[in-house]
Amino acid sequence: MKTRVVITGLGVCAPNAIDVASFSKALDSQQSGIRFMHQLQELKFGCQIAGQPLVPQNHLDAYFTVLQQRGLNASGLVYGVIAGIDAWKDAGLTMASDSVPYWDSGVIFGTGILGADKFREAIYMIDQGNTRRLGSTSVIQTMASGISAYLGGIIGSGNQVTTNSSACTTGTEGLIMGYDRIVSGKAEKMLVGSCSDSGPYIWGGFDAMRILPRKYNDEAKKGSRPMSASASGFVPGSGAGALVLESLESAVKRNAPIYAEVLGGAINSGGQRSEGTMTAPNNVAVQRCIKDAIQNSNIQAHEIDAINGHLTATAKDPVEIENWCAALERYGVDFPYINSFKGLIGHCLAAAGSIECVGTVLQLAEGRIFGNINCDTIHPEIEKNISATRIPTKTLDIAPNIVAKASFGFGDVNACVIFERYNP
Amino acid sequence: MHVLFLNAITHNFRMNDDHYQRLKLIIEPYLPEDVSVEIITPESDFMKELNINSANLVDIVLDVEDTFDIMLENEDMDTMRTVKDALLIIENKLKVS
Repeated sequence: MKTRVVITGLGVCAPNAIDVASFSKALDSQQSGIRFMHQLQELKFGCQIAGQPLVPQNHLDAYFTVLQQRGLNASGLVYGVIAGIDAWKDAGLTMASDSVPYWDSGVIFGTGILGADKFREAIYMIDQGNTRRLGSTSVIQTMASGISAYLGGIIGSGNQVTTNSSACTTGTEGLIMGYDRIVSGKAEKMLVGSCSDSGPYIWGGFDAMRILPRKYNDEAKKGSRPMSASASGFVPGSGAGALVLESLESAVKRNAPIYAEVLGGAINSGGQRSEGTMTAPNNVAVQRCIKDAIQNSNIQAHEIDAINGHLTATAKDPVEIENWCAALERYGVDFPYINSFKGLIGHCLAAAGSIECVGTVLQLAEGRIFGNINCDTIHPEIEKNISATRIPTKTLDIAPNIVAKASFGFGDVNACVIFERYNP
Repeated sequence: MHVLFLNAITHNFRMNDDHYQRLKLIIEPYLPEDVSVEIITPESDFMKELNINSANLVDIVLDVEDTFDIMLENEDMDTMRTVKDALLIIENKLKVS
């Protein structure tokens, strides 16, 4: 029998909450983290709203020394450290002693691009012939693996320490990579997660592609509208999510809290063939990914009680629903409950998968299904495939047993993971 | 105790106490947790005695440049082993400017 893997720790730094308890409350009471951003207005962005975690100075002081804060200009790194350390401590784990690392604990913490603001700072200095003034932290704040390196060092991880990157699939992919590593017996505990910087240099390219909403600059909280008939693009977000994955044996041995079990997952790509392109998914690949995840988890499609979709609020939402229907062979009222947290936090890009996995796992641990906002009028193409009753607009007091979570990303890449409520 | 040190080194170098205090303030945040600012003396070796790593030494040089409004050359950095070495460099640069 394959090694059972459970989730023993959670951490999050999201646009609507910067700790797990507040995040759960925010998802439950539908507190939006989408705000108007003056900077985006000044820079003449079409979309001037975004989701960005608000981290007060005293909170920062709890995670970074005064020295570490000097010249610190990598928001993703800040979010990632907060979420990662929170998850580790939440699991009841301590940092390794001074002399010996934890050989059986690893870190897979992904990102899209790290420290864009720091990199901009460096570019200006270098172009002015001032390379010698960069200081010693320019590299660690701007190397993609800066986040896993930071976390690995704080924890004292002696197993694999790496950063994965697969666009908006990053967080979910990293979780599956960590899961696989424990199942294969190469690690006992894996801190998995992902982070994404805030700011115009991260979001600008998407604004240029005209895939961000431009009509909601005056009503930020209404801007992110997954599955809605009036969805007009994704609201850019940022932040970090983190989970501690652990073999069931290890978790039980140390009497750790268990949030949920990871049953399995799948990662694939559509090869940018058929209708798949750099920016659009190959539908057959998406369906295969979901089916493979189900098979890898040893469950049947009908056992899935709820789905946390990728559902970004672009024109692709109806296509995603169609793919879920085809993969599960479930339609209408038979379709599982489905939600997207992006209505409240926006699309946190590389951090989306991990933040949303944290929210999905909370549903299993707390026995409820969070509602969707801004989709009072469901997209007609979606209603052709599933019943509107499957898209809750308020939190449901229904305890799901099995939940599927998927993320899709540029490059035609897909990841799907299956979680189950923990049953000893 | 510092006075003794001062006497010991004044035959070739008159240490400016104001500069010394300012340098100590620069060094302080870079000290590892188990090293107290009290143990800094002009003779302290940055890396061997104060346990400051080479990356942080790079930042100390930048802080020295900002604090004293001077610019250190690569050769200066190569000779900057102790606190006194740093002070000597500072005095020389200030004299030139």
